[in-house]
Amino acid sequence: MGRKLIICWLALIPGLASAAGGAGYLQPVDVDISNEAALQRGSKYFVNYCLGCHSAKYVRYNRLALDLGLTEEQLTDNLMFTGERPFDTMDISMPAQEAANWFGRTPPDLSLVARARGESWIYSFLKSFYLDPSKPTGANNLVLSGASMPHVLWELQGTQRAIFREEIDSEGNSHEVFDRFEIVSPGSMDATQYDTMVRDLVTFLSYIGEPVQLERRALGIKVILFLLVFLLFAILLKKEIWKDVH
Amino acid sequence: MSNSTHEAGAAVTGRQSGFYAWINKRFPLDRMLKEHVTEYYAPKNLNWWYVFGFLSMLVLVIQLVTGIFLTMSYKPAAADAFASVEYIMRDVEWGWLLRYMHSTGASLFFVVVYIHMFRALMYGSYRSPRELLWVFGMFIYLALSAEAFFGYLLPWGQMSYWGAQVIVSLAGAIPMVGESLVEWVRGDFFISDITLNRFFALHVIAVPLVLIGLVVVHILALHQVGSNNPDGVEIKEKKGPDGKPLDGVPFHPYDTAKDLVAMIVFLIVFSAIVFFAPEMGGYFLEHANFEPADPLKTPEHIAPVWYFTPFYAVLRAVPDKLGGVILMGGAMLILFFLPWLDRSPVKSLRYRGWMSKTALAAFVVSFVALGFLGTQPATGMYTILARVFTVIYFGYFLLMPLYTKYDAVKPVPERVSHHG
Amino acid sequence: MSDDVDLSRRHFLGVATAVTGGVGAVFAAYPFLASWQPSARAQALGAPVEVDIGKLEPGAMMKVEWRGKPVWILRRTDVMQERVVESGDYLRDPDSEQPQQPEYATNEYRSIKPEVLVVVGSCTHLGCSPIERFDIAPADLGPDWEGGFYCPCHGSKFDLAGRVYKGVPAPLNLAVPPHRYLTDTVVLIGADSGVA
Repeated sequence: MGRKLIICWLALIPGLASAAGGAGYLQPVDVDISNEAALQRGSKYFVNYCLGCHSAKYVRYNRLALDLGLTEEQLTDNLMFTGERPFDTMDISMPAQEAANWFGRTPPDLSLVARARGESWIYSFLKSFYLDPSKPTGANNLVLSGASMPHVLWELQGTQRAIFREEIDSEGNSHEVFDRFEIVSPGSMDATQYDTMVRDLVTFLSYIGEPVQLERRALGIKVILFLLVFLLFAILLKKEIWKDVH
Repeated sequence: MSNSTHEAGAAVTGRQSGFYAWINKRFPLDRMLKEHVTEYYAPKNLNWWYVFGFLSMLVLVIQLVTGIFLTMSYKPAAADAFASVEYIMRDVEWGWLLRYMHSTGASLFFVVVYIHMFRALMYGSYRSPRELLWVFGMFIYLALSAEAFFGYLLPWGQMSYWGAQVIVSLAGAIPMVGESLVEWVRGDFFISDITLNRFFALHVIAVPLVLIGLVVVHILALHQVGSNNPDGVEIKEKKGPDGKPLDGVPFHPYDTAKDLVAMIVFLIVFSAIVFFAPEMGGYFLEHANFEPADPLKTPEHIAPVWYFTPFYAVLRAVPDKLGGVILMGGAMLILFFLPWLDRSPVKSLRYRGWMSKTALAAFVVSFVALGFLGTQPATGMYTILARVFTVIYFGYFLLMPLYTKYDAVKPVPERVSHHG
Repeated sequence: MSDDVDLSRRHFLGVATAVTGGVGAVFAAYPFLASWQPSARAQALGAPVEVDIGKLEPGAMMKVEWRGKPVWILRRTDVMQERVVESGDYLRDPDSEQPQQPEYATNEYRSIKPEVLVVVGSCTHLGCSPIERFDIAPADLGPDWEGGFYCPCHGSKFDLAGRVYKGVPAPLNLAVPPHRYLTDTVVLIGADSGVA
C-alpha cells in the first residue's frame, strides 16, 4: 500500500514515466507476486515460450521451487527439460553471437526486465504486436516500434491489425495516432484468457526481477515495529533526562 | 548510549582505580572522554535541526560497514561487475539487505548533509569563529560527492556507465589539456575495465580515508570553538563560578539522549525505504541501471542521481561547454566563501530582517527547483527556468555582502532563549 | 538536578533503552555475519558429483573434485580387501569408532561395497593430500608396508581403507564423504538421500 502511494505520487512528476521507456501506449497493470498460482502458471509459460531464446541467467531453479511452492518433482517435471540440475541458473545454450545473427540482436536476458522496463511495459508490449508486412518478422509492436522479436504468442492471441487515425495538432500538422486493434484471425485463447496469461507472465517476471520482494516487505514490518518500541523508550528517556535543564 | 560512561567519567575525577587508572596512565582515555563527551558543553537551546550532524556520522558508519561487506562479494571488472551485483542480490545470504542499505544510505547521506548545511545557513554557523569548521565541512561535502560519483559506476549498469561518461567528459571542456586529461582519468579511450578498476580503488580506499580524516578534523574544529545555536549567542562568554558555560549542557547524557531519538526516527525512515521502496521510484536506484552497461547504446533519458541534479541543471543552463562547467564548479565552490560574504552583525536568521530571510527562502526554492529541472529534459521552458533559478542561486551568494549589510536586525539577547 | 527527578524511573528507562538497543544491535549484526555463509552459488558449485566407475579396473584409483577437495575412488582387488579385513594392531582406530564416516560405511571395509573405497583425500593432520602407495614393502616405507596412502607433508600413513597408522601425526582416519549408488556403476558423491 505504501509502495503504491509512493509510486502514484511519483507518477505525478512529469517525465518520470518516460524514464522507463515506451512510446506512450502503456496500459498500466498491477500484479500480485504473492499469488502463488499465478506465479506457477507464469513460470510454465516462461519456460515454454520465452526460455527458448531468452535466458534468466541470475535465477536458480531451486530458488524458484522454494518460492513458488513446488516440490522437486514438480520442478523437474514442469520447468526443466534440458538436463539442468536444480541448482543451475535459467541459462540457455544459444550462443549470443548466433542469436544476434538470427534476430538482428541478441535476445536480452530477462532476469531484470521487470525492473529495467517496468511491469506495465512488458504487459503492454506482449499485447501490442500487430501485423506489419513491411517488417522481417511480419509484425511490429506499438510499444517498441521495429522490435526485432517476432510475435511468439500469436497462436494464442491470434493476429491483430492496428488501426491508426489522423489527428491534427495545434500547429496544424497531422499525425497518425493509434486508435485500436482489430482481430484478423483469432487464436486459441479469447481476449480474457490471453490477458490473464500475459498477467501471469508479468507476475513471474516481476518475481524473478527481485525474488526477495515478499520476504523484504515482511521483514520490514517487523523491523519498523521494533524501532517504534525502541523509539518509545528513547523518547521517554530523553524527556526524563532533559527535566534537569531549565 | 547508557549512562555508564558518564558515571565512569564522574567516578574517576576523585580517585581512579584499577584497570581504568592503568589505561589512563598510558592513554588519555579519561581526558578524551571528558573533553569530547562528558564535559563538552553544548548550548542547551539546540533544536532538532542540530541532530543532522550526528545523523551524517551515523550514515557514514552505515556506509562504511555495508560497503566493507559488499566489497567481499563485488568484482570490480567490466565483465563481472554487473553480474556480481546480482550475485549479491540473489545468491549471497542477506546480500540484498546489505546492497539496499548501501544504495539507500548513499542517497540519505546527501539528504542529511544538505539539511545539516541548510541549518548552518539558517543560523549563521559558518560565521566567525567557525569559518574553518565550515571550510572543513565543505571539503567533506566535496569528498562525499567524489565518493558518490565513483561509487555510482560500480554496478556497471547503463546509468552508471553513461553517467560516468558524461561527468568525466566535463573535464574535456578545459582548454588545451581537456581531452588528454579525460583520457588520463579513464586510462583508456572510453570508460572501460580499467576505469572501473581505478574508480573502485578510489571508492573503497582513497576517498573513504580522506573522508574519515576530514570528519575527525571537522569535529576537532567544532570542539575547539563550540557549537553555535539558534540564537547565535556564544555560550562561552557567560560562564558560572565553576568555569562552565551557564547556557551549556554536557554533550552526554543530554545531547546523546536527543541524538538517540533522532537516530531511531532516522532508522525508521531508512528502513521504510530499504524494505518498501528501495528504488524510490527510480530516484535512488534508476531503472536503466538494471540493464548492463552497453558502450554502444545510450539510454533514452539520462540524468544524474538526484543529489547532483541541481548542479547538473546549472551546467545545462549555459549554452557553452566550458562556461557550463565553470558555472557548475562555481555553484559548488562559492559555498566555501560564505563566511566572508556574510556581513550581517548577527549570526542567526532569528534576529535578521526580511532581506536575509527572503534571500535564504529564494535560495532554497532555487536549489530544489534546479534539482527538479536537472531530472527533466533540457527543453524550452525548462531551460529558461533553469537559467532563472541559476541566477537566483548565485544571487544569494553574490548579493550577500549587500543585503546582509543593509538588512535591519533585531537585538540579540545576552543569554540563549530556552523554554525548558 | 531538580528535586522532582524520579531516579528509579530514570534508571528503568536507561536500562530499558540500553537493552532494546543491545537487542537491536545483535539483530542488525546477524545479516552481516550470515553473509559469510556459503552463497547459493557456492552451494551450487559444491553440489553432489556423479561419477561413473564402470570402467574403473580392480587395483585402480580415480580422483574427483568435490567442494574443492580430492575424493578418491579405489576399486580394491581381492587381495587388497583381505588386507583390509586382516588389519593389524598398527592402526589407531581399526574399527572406525571415530565419526569419520557415515553409518553405512561403518563396517570392516569402511565402504558401501567391499571393493569400492570412497574417501576424501585430505590428510586429517593438516590437510595435505596423501599420495597412493600400493607397492609392497618399498625401500622408503619399510618392509611392513602393505600398500596404502602416505602423506608427503608430515609422513602420516593410512591403510587401504583410509585408516590411520599409529605413531604418525594424523589423529583420525580419512573421512568418508556422504555418497550413494545411483546405479550399480554410478556413484553420487556429496549426498546420501533425496533427489540429486
